[in-house]
Amino acid sequence: MGVSRRKFLKISGLSVLLGLGGKAAFELLAPGSIDAAMEPAPIGEGKRWAMVIDAKKCLEKQEKDGCKECIDICHRIHNVPNFGNPKEEIKWIWKETYEHTFPSRHNDYVSEDVHGKPFILLCNHCTNPPCVRVCPTKATWKRPDGVVMMDQHRCIGCRFCMAGCPYGSRSFNWGDSREAPKELNPDFPTNMEYPTRSKGVVEKCTFCAERLAKGQIPACVEACAKIKVNALHFGDLADEESEVRELLRHHYAIRRKPELGTEPNVFYLI
Amino acid sequence: MLERALSGSQRYWSWLIFLLVLMAIGFACYLYQFKVGLKVTGMSRDVSWGFYIAQFTYLVGVAASGVMVVLPYYFHNYKAFGRIAVLGEFLAIAAVTMCLLFIFVDLGYPKRIMNVVMHPTPNSILFWDMIVLNGYLILNILVGWNVLAAERKGVPYSKWVKTLAYISIPWAFSIHTVTAFLYAGLPGRHFWLTAIMAARFLASAFCSGPALLVLICLIVRKVSRFDPGKEQLRTLGVIITYAMIMNVFFFLLEVFTAFYSGIPGHKHSFIYLFSGLDGYGKLVPWMWTSVGFGILALILLIVPATRKKEDTLAVACAAVIISTWIDKGMGLVVGGFIPNPFEKVFEYWPTTPEILITIGVWATGFFILTILFKIAVSVKEEVAS
Repeated sequence: MGVSRRKFLKISGLSVLLGLGGKAAFELLAPGSIDAAMEPAPIGEGKRWAMVIDAKKCLEKQEKDGCKECIDICHRIHNVPNFGNPKEEIKWIWKETYEHTFPSRHNDYVSEDVHGKPFILLCNHCTNPPCVRVCPTKATWKRPDGVVMMDQHRCIGCRFCMAGCPYGSRSFNWGDSREAPKELNPDFPTNMEYPTRSKGVVEKCTFCAERLAKGQIPACVEACAKIKVNALHFGDLADEESEVRELLRHHYAIRRKPELGTEPNVFYLI
Repeated sequence: MLERALSGSQRYWSWLIFLLVLMAIGFACYLYQFKVGLKVTGMSRDVSWGFYIAQFTYLVGVAASGVMVVLPYYFHNYKAFGRIAVLGEFLAIAAVTMCLLFIFVDLGYPKRIMNVVMHPTPNSILFWDMIVLNGYLILNILVGWNVLAAERKGVPYSKWVKTLAYISIPWAFSIHTVTAFLYAGLPGRHFWLTAIMAARFLASAFCSGPALLVLICLIVRKVSRFDPGKEQLRTLGVIITYAMIMNVFFFLLEVFTAFYSGIPGHKHSFIYLFSGLDGYGKLVPWMWTSVGFGILALILLIVPATRKKEDTLAVACAAVIISTWIDKGMGLVVGGFIPNPFEKVFEYWPTTPEILITIGVWATGFFILTILFKIAVSVKEEVAS
């Protein structure tokens, strides 16, 4: 038994020819279509997506009417259910007081402008993300454009990433999202074009990867702009001319727990 | 040799049936958890690991501690441990099996467990933990089984078995080191972010595992004609003493660093565990129970008279087990999650299904342990007569 050398060469030679032939055939019938299909989505390399949150503008608006447009739109378009209890809570973008957002930055005489005030939190899409480092299945990974992505179809639900994330940005589906209390989620799923998650997997903010792919900005940023508050800014840190770089150039910005070396890409203008 | 597990006294069978009942209850609860999701447990967004991972961590230690009889026997040629080396290896097999089961019941999507193999990720410590735990399981099965088979035939075990036994020595250290690395490399979890985590793990493993072995040996002596031996128990007692002293010493080192430096993040978990934080303190009575039993164990172990007397040694061993089980299980795992990344306290307590599943896994481990020990003891009785 066993394949003779001659036969092996014949088969492999033929396979190569067929392989080339396959591509060549496509080139003849539909020129460029293969290359187009193999191109990455318009996100592109060399980008470093980031968010700059103008805390002053945001707080002013919240003071007025308790605004939570960004949270509502995000959780609506991503089918994030409301379980009504902190134990099973799932959140992609949420509010936390200044003291809890920046636990190492509080002092007894902190300015009244921020003391106890609600800040907007989301995944920091760290440049050096510990959650990606610890994931045993590559279910979460860092894209070339900086987005920390999550594949809920590969996640085994070990929750190592939740232990690894120092920002509490990850949520776990303790139960089935489709069984969330109906009175709190009357029209769930709220977006038929976005998947709901099964129980037992981790999820988080993806900077609206599905919108980035279409050349749109994240929904939270758009929602904030729509109501003319413009407290959330999204852009490319790698581009010197970008709006986010411009903002950071002229304002003092802080990040959450920078001392951990994770290099968060969400900045807060104070 | 397996057939020796199929004949036994009525007491043997009742014990196995008792374990099977516990396993069945645990399995039924697991099916419920499988259907409804992990919300049947007490775990939450903030305390995302709980009772299961606590047992896992503790049992990796028990598994690793098999090396405390293997090393003196194979490496230092300490002949007395020849009588119990296989018991240490079989205890390791049962413990590793429980570890793997605890990881499995903790998974949110267990059907995808093979993703760890299909998408190997060397940057994840969990990937390495899978490798070292499974490797250790195989090593102990091969070595334990072949040594016992050789003993039965009255011939020395083969050379390759000895090679594997040698490999299993550093391997035992590796399983607990890697398990410590699961915790010790996470930024922002101050309680776990300590360079002596692996050393602490090994110290507590090398007292709690042999302590369990001592108790099991005493039971074996009671229920069979095989005597693990006076000298053997005495040597184990010395090992437990040194390891327990080191364990407590390492813990005090952590306390010093946290409180002398005064860094809040390093102190918070200790404060939560031992006196409560922001008015929450569910674990406080447990941690002081652990301290109490730890002190009792140290006294009974350090005083030569009580260490050498088997009754008091047994009490000391039970105290070691209780103390380390609380400290390294719930204390370490839950303590690391409290306060959460926002420096808020969100407490955890296991639910009834969670506890029943845990008991089911322990029962499975003891079922395996009973079968393996029955075989080993039967062989040893046969050889002796």
